Amino acid sequence: MIPANYFLILSVVLFVLGAIAFFIKRDLITQFMSIEIMLNAANLAFITFARSANSPDGQIIVFFIITVAAAETAVGLAIILLIFRQKKTIKSEDIKLMKG
Amino acid sequence: MTEIFWLIPFIPAASTLILAVFGKKLPKKYVSFQACFAVFASFVISAISAVGLLQTAHGNYPLVKNLFSWIQAGSFQVNLSIMFDPLSAVMALVVSGVGFIIHVYSVGYMANDEGYTRYFTYLNLFTFSMLILVMASNLVLMFVGWEGVGLCSYLLIGFWFEKHSAANAGKKAFIVNRIGDTGFLLGILFIIVHIGSAEFTAINEAISGGAISVGLATLIAILLFVGATGKSAQIPLYVWLPDAMEGPTPVSALIHAATMVTAGVYMVCRMNLLYTLSETAAQVVALVGAITAVYAATMALTQNDIKRVLAYSTISQIGYMFIGCGVGAYAAGMFHLYTHAFFKSLLFLAAGSVMHALSGEINMKKMGGLRKYLPLTYPTFLIGTIAIAGVPFFSGFFSKDAILTRAFAQGQYSAFYYFIWGLGIMGAVLTAFYMFRLVFLTFHGEERLDPEVKKNIHESPKIMTIPLVILAFFSVGAGYIGLPVVLGEKLNFFGKFLEPVIKEVHKVHLSIQTEWMLIAIAAFVAFLGIFIAYVFYIRSPLIPRNLATRFPTIYKLMFNKYYVDEIYNAVFVNPTIKGSEIIYDNFDLKVIDGAVNGTATATGFAGKILSFFQSGLIKDYALIFLLGVIIFLAYLLF
Repeated sequence: MIPANYFLILSVVLFVLGAIAFFIKRDLITQFMSIEIMLNAANLAFITFARSANSPDGQIIVFFIITVAAAETAVGLAIILLIFRQKKTIKSEDIKLMKG
Repeated sequence: MTEIFWLIPFIPAASTLILAVFGKKLPKKYVSFQACFAVFASFVISAISAVGLLQTAHGNYPLVKNLFSWIQAGSFQVNLSIMFDPLSAVMALVVSGVGFIIHVYSVGYMANDEGYTRYFTYLNLFTFSMLILVMASNLVLMFVGWEGVGLCSYLLIGFWFEKHSAANAGKKAFIVNRIGDTGFLLGILFIIVHIGSAEFTAINEAISGGAISVGLATLIAILLFVGATGKSAQIPLYVWLPDAMEGPTPVSALIHAATMVTAGVYMVCRMNLLYTLSETAAQVVALVGAITAVYAATMALTQNDIKRVLAYSTISQIGYMFIGCGVGAYAAGMFHLYTHAFFKSLLFLAAGSVMHALSGEINMKKMGGLRKYLPLTYPTFLIGTIAIAGVPFFSGFFSKDAILTRAFAQGQYSAFYYFIWGLGIMGAVLTAFYMFRLVFLTFHGEERLDPEVKKNIHESPKIMTIPLVILAFFSVGAGYIGLPVVLGEKLNFFGKFLEPVIKEVHKVHLSIQTEWMLIAIAAFVAFLGIFIAYVFYIRSPLIPRNLATRFPTIYKLMFNKYYVDEIYNAVFVNPTIKGSEIIYDNFDLKVIDGAVNGTATATGFAGKILSFFQSGLIKDYALIFLLGVIIFLAYLLF
């Protein structure tokens, strides 16, 4: 059996990659994808712990997370689409509607 | 039939609700019909219940209907309960009876007014409040009615609120009454604290059981009387009543002559055990009443406004009622209240009829010789005048005589009461004088009418004159249910009727000769006053002017109403306004506004600083988020 540490390291690597991508990329779609990567890194960690703890709870929760994430993705993409229609851009620097 | 007595106040209440909600959509004719009918229904039920009272044995007083428990706090309880006993019966009959006649008169008087429906709504609301006042079985509910009539008085004085003086008069009445009400409320609270109940039966039991000391009784009685001086326009709080004449004339007749202003007298009679217990308080009542009776009469001598003369005369007559209460003749005080309701509302309505005929003219100097133009108003006005002047065989004579006789009889205890009697006699001369001055200046002598006014002069329509005739009939006849005791105890039916409620203790009997002598004096002073008025204003009209020029100080003092309004303004009103202005400038503008504005400025400043972090860029937010997570992790791990 592959030790749990390997999975955890993979999870951390995925998370850090996602975070870096979020900060260096400029268009909303890519940033959105990097958020999904971070999310799935977290899912992976969840499942790993569930397996080593020998309990199905974590796996069940991950199923829920994936379901909710699918819905959230749909909403997020719809928002990005609307932003594009309004502003004719999806560059995150150009969007500062909420500036105080 | 008597068990529906509790409906008496609620019929006008229902009518008020309907008029207030649907009034704008209802046709005028229906409005007047409903308003009059509601009051008439109350009158019929009052009459039936009063007859029922006469038939029941004396022990069954009073009829009480407990509608629901209103306030419940520990052992203290206030019920919304309606009571009907002889005292309430007299008041309810006067309020609904005279009220009905005045409602009918108003249909004609207010016919062309824009606020027709509003007027009748207020008038019905007033009838409801007044009936609650007189039929409440406890002081707290009575206070509700007391304030209700005050409110209606305010609304109706300021009925023509677009007129500045009317709006101000309404405010004045309300504020002056508020001062009196403070005393009244304190009195009620003292009673609740020391007796534990506000029910009249409980209070009476406690007083006759000796539960409160004389000192406490004096305090409570005087506090309650402060309320009465406000509502019933006695010294020192009478100043609002003359100004209240800004309202429509039927309102002056109903509220400011016949019913509301006599509420104080009713209250004192209702609490008669308290005033009997405390002789000091009773003497204060008698003294205030007597001084007011004379003082207000002197002010009426020089006024030229027909309604103001009547207003001062009302103040003066209520003074008589308080003399009656103060000397222990509560039944006589109530009797005067009852006869006064007829002849004073008659005088007001007739004055309204004169104004109607003269296109709203109220200055007597511009009248004169109206007798031939107003064939119905003149005789009815004259009857009212004769009744108030105290000419024998008219109602006012019997009631005034009953009060003064009792005051004289009390003189056996203390010379103080002779003094009260003397003031009463003086007031009677003045009353006869200024009332006949009013008649002579208005209806007799040379015409001083404006030619414009004279062109349109006309007698009032039937709907206004018939009420005058009915009231004139009662002004003559109402006195015969309370004939002087000297003619036989049985003939004093009014006093007998009230006996179960009013326990008159030390009743003094005068010899028959003395009683007849007092009656003769009362009749003599009435004729004396009339004779002087005749000499002054018919035979040699130069005398008043000569007197005025010979004693300019006295004349000016009276003409300007002893400058009391000016003194009150200087002592109370202006300092209050000045003080308020100072507080407004220093406290409101600087402290309160400063604090409010300061808070706003501080918040705005803090927001400006913090808004630096709110760039609107999601990357910045994500960075802060990340930093937060790192710090949190670092804290967890190390």
